Amino acid sequence: MIKVDNLEKSYGNQKALKGVSLEVAKGELFGLIGPDGAGKTTLMRILVTLLLPDHGFASLDGLDVVADFRKIRTMVGYMPGRFSLYQDLTVEENLQFFATVFGGTIEENYHLIKDIYVQIEPFKDRLAGKLSGGMKQKLALSCALIHAPKVLILDEPTTGVDAVSRKEFWEMLNNLRHMGITILVSTPYMDEANLCDRVALFQNGSILSIDTPKNITASFAKKLYGVKVDTTAQRFECVGLLKEFPGIESVFSFGESIHITTVQQNVNEISVKEFLNQRGHQGINVEKIDPSIEDVFMELMQNEGN
Amino acid sequence: MKEIKSDKGPIIQVKDLVKKFGNFVAVDHLTFEVNKGEIFGFLGANGAGKTTAIRMLCGLLEPTSGALRVAGFDGYHQREEIKRNIGYMSQKFSLYEDLTVYENFRLYAGIYGIPRKERIRKTDELLRKLNLEESRDKLVGGLPLGWKQKLAFSLALFHNPAVVFLDEPSGGVDPLTRRTFWDLIYEVAHQGVTIFVTTHYMDEAEYCNRVAIMSEGKIVALDTPAALKSFYKTDSMDGVFLKIARNKE
Amino acid sequence: MNQLLGFVKKEFTHIFRDSRTMVILFGIPIIQLMLFGYVITTEIKDARIAILDHSNDNVTREIKNKILSSGYFRLDANLMNENEIDPIFKKGNVKEVIIFERNFAQRLEREGTVNVQVIADASDPNTAQMLYNYTNGIVQDYTKKKYAGFTIPLQIKSEVRMLYNENMVGAFMYVPGTMALILMLISAMMTSITIAREKEMGTMEILLVSPLKATHIVLGKVAPYLLLSIIDAIVVVCLGNMVFGVPIRGSIFVLAFLVILYITMALSLGILISTVANSQQVAMFISGFALMLPTILLSGFIFPIENMPYPLQLLSNFMPPRWFIDALKQVMLKGNGLAYIWPNVLILSTMTTVFLVLSIKKFRLRLE
Repeated sequence: MIKVDNLEKSYGNQKALKGVSLEVAKGELFGLIGPDGAGKTTLMRILVTLLLPDHGFASLDGLDVVADFRKIRTMVGYMPGRFSLYQDLTVEENLQFFATVFGGTIEENYHLIKDIYVQIEPFKDRLAGKLSGGMKQKLALSCALIHAPKVLILDEPTTGVDAVSRKEFWEMLNNLRHMGITILVSTPYMDEANLCDRVALFQNGSILSIDTPKNITASFAKKLYGVKVDTTAQRFECVGLLKEFPGIESVFSFGESIHITTVQQNVNEISVKEFLNQRGHQGINVEKIDPSIEDVFMELMQNEGN
Repeated sequence: MKEIKSDKGPIIQVKDLVKKFGNFVAVDHLTFEVNKGEIFGFLGANGAGKTTAIRMLCGLLEPTSGALRVAGFDGYHQREEIKRNIGYMSQKFSLYEDLTVYENFRLYAGIYGIPRKERIRKTDELLRKLNLEESRDKLVGGLPLGWKQKLAFSLALFHNPAVVFLDEPSGGVDPLTRRTFWDLIYEVAHQGVTIFVTTHYMDEAEYCNRVAIMSEGKIVALDTPAALKSFYKTDSMDGVFLKIARNKE
Repeated sequence: MNQLLGFVKKEFTHIFRDSRTMVILFGIPIIQLMLFGYVITTEIKDARIAILDHSNDNVTREIKNKILSSGYFRLDANLMNENEIDPIFKKGNVKEVIIFERNFAQRLEREGTVNVQVIADASDPNTAQMLYNYTNGIVQDYTKKKYAGFTIPLQIKSEVRMLYNENMVGAFMYVPGTMALILMLISAMMTSITIAREKEMGTMEILLVSPLKATHIVLGKVAPYLLLSIIDAIVVVCLGNMVFGVPIRGSIFVLAFLVILYITMALSLGILISTVANSQQVAMFISGFALMLPTILLSGFIFPIENMPYPLQLLSNFMPPRWFIDALKQVMLKGNGLAYIWPNVLILSTMTTVFLVLSIKKFRLRLE
C-alpha cells in the first residue's frame, strides 16, 4: 500500500532523511518510533504530498507522491503534528466542513467514525478550541476519517496527551485497522510500539530497524536484568555503583527498575545483588527480564554512536 | 516574612489553595508541602489544573484564596521575590533560537542581575560541564534537541534558585538523552535544589521522591511511587494512573 | 461547487465569530470617515483674528465689516496698540492680526495708496497662507467695487490661487479618497491576514491535503470579504452623502460597478500578499505599509498629482487607488458615465486580473 524507496530530504544543510526505505501492507498498523528530529514528520509530509523529496521515490496505492499528488490527496486522511482544526468552529462544524471539502456528507461514512464520535458527540456545539487534549485528538481523527480514506497518516497523535487518553486512542486505531484501513502512525513513546503490527525505529534521519515488535525485541543480543530498589534516593546511588561493576555494559533507569545489560557470565542475579548489598543497599531485587522496544532502541542508538 | 533558613523542611507550602476564573474553579483546595531537595512529580491530564497551579507557585498568577509560600515568600504579596528565587524550564525549552549559546547565558544573567564577573565564571564552568564549549558561539536553533534540553536546564539554574520548575522537560527527546537528563536532575537535587516536575512519561514519575496526581482541580493522590503502587496494587505508575482514571468513571 | 460553498460558509463563520474582525470591518471605516471629514478639514471658517485699527474711519469700518461678515473670520479682540500684538499671538487663539494705519481713508484719497498690514501666525504655514489669501481677497474685492480706478499695493497673490485651492471644497475631495483608502485597507489587509492565519495556525496543511484546488481556496477566501466590503462601501457613501453632503451626480449603477471593481482589485491584492507572508503579522505589515502609504501619498488623495515631480507622477500611474479616486470623483461630482471613465475601468480590471492570476499561480500547493 505504501512504498518508500531510498528517500532523501534536506533542509538547507541539515539532512532530515538520509535514504529511508520501507513498505507498509494494506490494512497494516505501522508505527514510526523515534524522538523529535528523527525525520518522522518529514517522511510523513512527503507521503501526504506536502513536501518534495530530494532523491528517491514513494507511492501510495501505486500512485507516485510527486506525479500523482492530486489523486493521493483525495484518498489520504492526515492528522498533522499539532492540533490543526479550526478552533473557532464547533465540533460539528469542523466535521461538516471536512466532509464537504472532500465532496461527501457526514452520513455517508458515519459508520467509520461512530465509535470515536460518540465520545465527543455530547460536545458537538462546543468550540473546538475549548476541548480537552484527548477530545481534540478524537475530533481530529474523526475529521481525517470522514471521507473514508484508504490510508491514514497520523503524525504524533498522542504527544502531550495523558496516559489514559493515549491508551484509548490506540484502542480506536486498532478498531480502524480491522475495518481495512492502512494506518501509518508516528510516536516518540516507545511503549506504544507494541501496539503496532510492525514498526520502524527512527533516529537521526535513518531507520535503525524494521520488523514486528516481537522480532525486534527478540533480536536483542545481550542479557538484560532489572534491578529494583526500594526508594528513589537509593536509585541514584545504585545507578552510580552499578556503572562501576566490571562486566556490566550499560546502566539505565527504566521507571521502577534499573536495566543493566551484559554479555558476561559473571554478571547475574546473585552477583549483582551481592555487590549492592555489600555497599550498604538492602532490599534489592534482581531478575532477568525481557527487553522492551526502548531497550532495543537505546542499544541501537549506542551502536550508531560508535 | 523571613526566608526559610533550615536545611530540611518545606520549601513550598500550599494550604487550601484555590484559583477561580469567573465561575470556573481551576484549582480546588490544594494542600501539600514540598521539602528542600525533593524531586516532586506533578501529574495529571491536560486541563486538570496543573498549569494553573504551577503558575501560582511561580508567582505568575495570584491565587483566589488559600495559603501559599514558596522559598519563604508569600504567594500573594511577594510574587516578585518568588520569581527571583525560582527557575523555570518550559515545554519547548524557551531558549532564544537566534542567539548563540553564550548570548543566551548573558541574557539570562542580565535578567536575573548576576554580576559580570560571576556570570563569566559560571558560564565557562557550565559550558565545560555540559560539554558545550565548542558550541559556545553557535546559534541555539541549530543545536540538537538533547543539547537544547541541557542548556535550558542550566539556564533555569543559572541564578541559583531554591526551586526549579520543569514543565514536561523531556517532550520528544530520545531515550538516551532523557536518562542523561535525569542524571543531571538527580545531581542538582542532591545539591539541595528542589525540583518540581510535570511529565507525561510515566517512567519519569518513578524517578520522583513523591508524586501528586491532579484531576479536575483536586489532588487525588499524593505519596511516594512505592506507596502509591502498593496502595493501588499495581507494579507501575502507569498502572496507578490508569486505576485512578478508572475509579473516576 | 459544493466544496466551494462549504468553504465560503466556513469563512463567514470565522468572520462573524471574531469580534476583532467585525470591529475592523465596520467600526474603523466609520470612525476614519468622521475623522477625515470633520477634524482634518482645512477649510477656513470662523478663524479668530484681532484688529488694530489706528484710524477707525468709515473706510476701515467698511473693510472690517466685509471681512467679518464673510463667515471666514471671527473677531477675537480689538487691539489698542502695537504692544498688544505679541501677547495675543502668544496666547495662541488668534491666527491673524489686521492693522489699519492712521488716517486710512484720507491717505487713500489723497495719495492713492494705503497700507493694510496683515500679520499671520505662520506656525501652521498652510493655514496662515490661506488666511492671508482670504483677507487679501476680501480687501481687493472691496477696493475694486468701491474704487474702480485705484490700486492698493499689498503683498499680493493673485485670485487664481483661491480658485485653484481645492481645499475650498474639502469634504468633497476627502470622502472619495478616504473611501479608496479604507476599502483598500480592509479588503487587502483582511484577506491577506486570513490566509496567513491558516498558515500560522497549521490548518493550511490539512486544506492542502484535500481535494480543494488553489482556485477554490482563493475564491472561497475572497467571496465573504467581497460581500462585506460592499456593505462597507454602501455605508461610507451614504455617510458621505447624508453627513457631509457629498453628492452622487452620476448613475448609481456605474458607481456600484466601479466600487465593486475596486474592491475586487483590493481583495486580489490581499490574496497576493498572503501568498508571500507566512504569518499574520507580516501580512498586516506589508498591507499596512506597502499599501497604505502609497495610497495616501501618491494617489492624489491629499497631494495633487499635477504638483508632484515627474518620476513620482509616473509612479502614481501604478497605484490602483489613483485610478479609482479619479473615476469616483468623476462619477460622484461631475456625473460622468462609462464613456468618460472607461480608461480607468480598463486599467483597474487589468490590474485585478493580473493580481488574481498571480495569486493563483503563486499559491503554493506544498509546504515549501
